[in-house]
Amino acid sequence: MPEITLREALQRGLREALDGNPNVYLMGEDIGAYGGAYAITAGFIDEYGPERIRDVPISENTFVGAAIGSAIGGLRPIVEFMSISFSLLAFDQMINIGAAIRYMSGGQFKVPIVIRAPTGSGIQLAATHSHAFENWLASVPGFRVVAPTTPYDALGLLRSALAEDNPVIMAEHVSLYGRRGEVPDDRYTVPIGKADVKLAGSDITLVAFAHGVVTAFEVADKLKERGIAAEVIDLRSLRPLDMDTILKSIAKTNRVALIDDNWRTGGMMAEVSAQISEQGFDLLDGPVARVGGDDVPAPYSRPLEQLVIPDSDRVIQAIQKTYGI
Amino acid sequence: MITEVTMPSMGADMTEGAVARWLKKEGDAVKRGEILAEIETDKAVVEMEAYGSGVLRKIVVTEGKKVRVGELIAYIGDPSDALPAAAGKPRAEPAATKPEAPRPAAPSAARAPETARQPEAPAAAERPASADDGDRIKASPVAKKLAEQHGVDLATVTGTGPGGRITRDDVEAAAKSGSRPASAPAAAPAPAPAPALAASGETVQLTSMRQAIARVTVRSKTQIPHFYVTAAVDMTEAMKVRKQLNDALEPEKIRVSVNDFVIRAAVVALKKYPKFNSFFEGDKLVGHAQINIGIAIALEAGLIVPAVLGCQSKSLKEIAVSARALGEKARSGKLTQEELTGATFSTSNLGMFDVDQFVAIIVPPQSGILAVGRVTKTPVVKNDQIVIAEILKATVSVDHRVADGAEAAVFLGEVKKALENPISLLV
Repeated sequence: MPEITLREALQRGLREALDGNPNVYLMGEDIGAYGGAYAITAGFIDEYGPERIRDVPISENTFVGAAIGSAIGGLRPIVEFMSISFSLLAFDQMINIGAAIRYMSGGQFKVPIVIRAPTGSGIQLAATHSHAFENWLASVPGFRVVAPTTPYDALGLLRSALAEDNPVIMAEHVSLYGRRGEVPDDRYTVPIGKADVKLAGSDITLVAFAHGVVTAFEVADKLKERGIAAEVIDLRSLRPLDMDTILKSIAKTNRVALIDDNWRTGGMMAEVSAQISEQGFDLLDGPVARVGGDDVPAPYSRPLEQLVIPDSDRVIQAIQKTYGI
Repeated sequence: MITEVTMPSMGADMTEGAVARWLKKEGDAVKRGEILAEIETDKAVVEMEAYGSGVLRKIVVTEGKKVRVGELIAYIGDPSDALPAAAGKPRAEPAATKPEAPRPAAPSAARAPETARQPEAPAAAERPASADDGDRIKASPVAKKLAEQHGVDLATVTGTGPGGRITRDDVEAAAKSGSRPASAPAAAPAPAPAPALAASGETVQLTSMRQAIARVTVRSKTQIPHFYVTAAVDMTEAMKVRKQLNDALEPEKIRVSVNDFVIRAAVVALKKYPKFNSFFEGDKLVGHAQINIGIAIALEAGLIVPAVLGCQSKSLKEIAVSARALGEKARSGKLTQEELTGATFSTSNLGMFDVDQFVAIIVPPQSGILAVGRVTKTPVVKNDQIVIAEILKATVSVDHRVADGAEAAVFLGEVKKALENPISLLV
């Protein structure tokens, strides 16, 4: 199977959409002439023209509102935020309208919009461009929120997102765009709301998403040296959350460590942890081990930035402390 | 007035203990000297007296929960007085026991740094994470479920997880080894037997008692420069006297053992050479008016050396009675704090195992221990004649910081002389 980067996987998905449906258009800051802050749409404006690859001024709430309006009107917009940090400016349109209007209209209006948002830290963009809010968005009923780790999942989830009649937020971790992985040529999809067991193991379940999955694999490698077989679960979808896959794994391992790059307090894994204790209490051989990023604004300094993002050693310490293994 | 009741120290090596049983309830009147609770240490269950009178206002530490020595376990006081704000939490803040009178404004600047200094609160990390575990068995949810399925009594399982939590593996191991519900938890919390090490090469967790024995003996052998002096004691006369004595005491159902003779002889020697009844403390020897003779007792769970107290004024008969009672209390886990830790000199006897002689390890902070083997008929030369004598080999272990070899020899000679002239032991 050919190997491509996650960036290339997204590009393939976007091109498929543009090629396959004349109602699809892209909108965002600097996605046209500049090719996108992360070069996802590099060259697109030449292929599809400025009508379908629309550069917009710095006006997040307005262009998201416009996109939602066009989606209700029958188009299929794909909006790109330059950073998920800037999505905060558009929360009004996204949440008050985008996520609610289908319900409020009694199902008369559908909002088939995909919002792509680079997220996360690790590449020295400091506190205004490094925070992650996909967990906030994942608490909003009406949204679908996905966060792919591999090129395969990115393309498969994008295809599913483009088949959805509800707003889908695709949180793309900035440190993963260059990651390579096998992607088949056929038109497969990855269902939204389904977690993936990326590595099978019997001794402890590691739950993570996006860049946290990379850390989880490092943890699994180190545990393997000690004869401990970790199972790595990639959430892939933050909303809906696939608790079944997690609980099935814990039923086998009786131990679980949750890994989240983002702020620990109120983070995605706080929700996962709560649901594990609600639904899987009798499966556990100890408390849930939860490792999250430090509750500080993202530092610019590289050593400091790396310090606040949990690494595999921190996860292993938490596992040892919690389970004594 | 409100008095804090803290976890008492029941021995030099005790760092933590648990309230095995509260004998008073919150709200009960308590008189000074009354037994307030039973304290379980690594080695025994010991009664604790109340040091103040009033009402048991609040029990801070529930039964079974281990806390460090000195930690707050209860409050005694007048019913009308307010409890400190932190009551209920084991010593969250050392302050707040008495309300402070308003301070005169602005003390001199020079005083400021001093007033700013706070008494140091014990580090939070030292306290157990959960403030009131009580006597609940800590087991993980899956361990509980498995225990139920396999019919394993969690009370019989030792937790190896963090904080002593019983984990899945612990229950599975217990199920495999056939740990079934105990008929009933023993009423007297006597120390549990040490786990037997099977020949299969498995690893077993040491009981807290075995760990304590390890700590004490290592401390003794690393800090106390031991030396040993052995003598053969002719017990022929003593054995005759013992028989007469026991015949005479038959109606009272009292039996005097060889060991009682040895204890009594040690007391005689210690009275003459009180150095061996003292504790070495750096640059001084601390003597004791009391002679409390420790007796090494092999319980199933391990060794303890409780003391017959006040031997300096006890007759041989009284020593016999006390020593027997001590053994019974040791086996039922009912030794008092003083008996458990009050020995000033000790004895050890392996005669019942047909041992001729051995050397014993000194129990810190004592200065010596007398080890005796069996009494055995031996050919000896007396007045150029070979005769049969009843010989006992006695070995004294001595702290060289306290006494030298010659002194130890003289001391042991005194023991020997006393035993060979047993009438002297009867007066």
